[in-house]
Amino acid sequence: MKAIYILCVRQLKRYVRSPARIIGSLGQPILFLVALGFGLRAMFARAGQGNYINFLSPGIISMAILFNAVFSGIEIIWDRQFGFLKETLVAPVSRLAIVFGRMLGGAIVAFAQGLVVFVICMIAGFRFVSSPYLPLAIFFMFMIALLFAGIGTVFGSVLQDMQGFPLIINFLIMPLFFFSGAIFATSGLPRTLRILLQLNPLSYGVDGLRGALINQFAFGLTTDLVVVTVLTALLLAVGSYFFSRIQL
Amino acid sequence: MGEMIAVNDLVKNYGEFCAVNHVSFSVPEGVIFGFLGPNGAGKTTTIKMLTTVLDPTSGSIRVNGHDPTREQKQVRRSFGIVFQDPSLDDELTAQENMDLHGILYGVPRAERHTRIDALVDLVGLGERKKDFVKTFSGGMKRRLEVARALLHKPRILFLDEPTIGLDPQTRNHIWGYIQQLSKTEGVTVFFTTHYMDEADRVANDVAVIDHGKIVAQGSPAELKERAQCTNLEDAFIALTGHAIREEEANATDRMRMMGRAWRGGGRR
Repeated sequence: MKAIYILCVRQLKRYVRSPARIIGSLGQPILFLVALGFGLRAMFARAGQGNYINFLSPGIISMAILFNAVFSGIEIIWDRQFGFLKETLVAPVSRLAIVFGRMLGGAIVAFAQGLVVFVICMIAGFRFVSSPYLPLAIFFMFMIALLFAGIGTVFGSVLQDMQGFPLIINFLIMPLFFFSGAIFATSGLPRTLRILLQLNPLSYGVDGLRGALINQFAFGLTTDLVVVTVLTALLLAVGSYFFSRIQL
Repeated sequence: MGEMIAVNDLVKNYGEFCAVNHVSFSVPEGVIFGFLGPNGAGKTTTIKMLTTVLDPTSGSIRVNGHDPTREQKQVRRSFGIVFQDPSLDDELTAQENMDLHGILYGVPRAERHTRIDALVDLVGLGERKKDFVKTFSGGMKRRLEVARALLHKPRILFLDEPTIGLDPQTRNHIWGYIQQLSKTEGVTVFFTTHYMDEADRVANDVAVIDHGKIVAQGSPAELKERAQCTNLEDAFIALTGHAIREEEANATDRMRMMGRAWRGGGRR
């Protein structure tokens, strides 16, 4: 337990001590929020869909969490390169404790970044509505963080060096984000795209978060809760498995 | 005195390639043991198997009486290790690195704090313990790693090329600490190095490994006498030949190169 705690604390310390990273990782969500939010707002309203900033903001918050959570997993590669990974792997602590500490720390960092982006969305004009589901917003944000910390851990454990990094950005993170319903509604999509959306774990996180915040569900609360919880548990297990197989 | 490390008929195959080929040796408690060999001879593979991170193909290992494949935790508690490459967290202070290690190894809080203070003083970093490790030189990092490896009072200290890339002053200091520790705390030291003068000076016992096999074993004086040489380097070459060994760069080496290129040179 202490090992989980201290590895978690380590990640939080590294996060808080690196303002460049905090600010740097805000760039992309802000870009999408401003470019899409303000760019498409008029069109969205004209189509009779209401306030686009309100629709988009949960997607942007999810995006910030997604990026930071996956990166926290990828940090394993850095720790491998700079040697710290070895220090933890020869300690008399189970690999499971190590990987849980890492994933939890990474998820908390991603969650914190999500909160920062939340505030930025509020400044840009986002207003959540009061509904009985509102407290679930925190739950969904944290589950998205854990889920993708698990996915990041898989890639961080399997990849040997940073060469595969652009591959992950372009073929994993970006498609996950674009085909998640973060920026457009699921209704009226071509069939293939809709299937793609339904296969994307992030879709359920985004939908759950959006539903909790503006009371507008596409899949329904129960589906979102079940899918996100089950997938998070699964990905934490898969991430742990791949981490436990790391050879020095 | 008992045997701190006992290796019997150890084999490690990677597919067709045999990295460690029926190796047997033992290290008595309290000695400083030098494990010497050219690049690719099987030194690091052996250390990995002794330190529980790699399973042998066959053969038996006892470290402090425990089997690294089946009693990982007991073995891990028994040793401290300084790896060939730095393994500190640069974004943490020296003290935080030590503290993290102490917690991972279950050293109780009060003992942890007194031991950390004593050890950083011992390696001459008392004044710098609140500083970030990224501001440390290569030699300072090495000293901190030695201090860290000793925090949980290990019975054995593994040092994989501990003085590589360090100036003679720092090398002397580091060996000074280690010899002192071996005397005062009775720690068994198992080290590898390419500097034969170092091995000659500090080791009580050495084993020379080449092509995965032990080719000689004994005190440095015995090896020199057997090879009829005046220094250990000549004896080493007499035992292992003149040919230069090529090692294939593995993923870690490539990463190291990349890291170096990004940071504008120098060991971290």
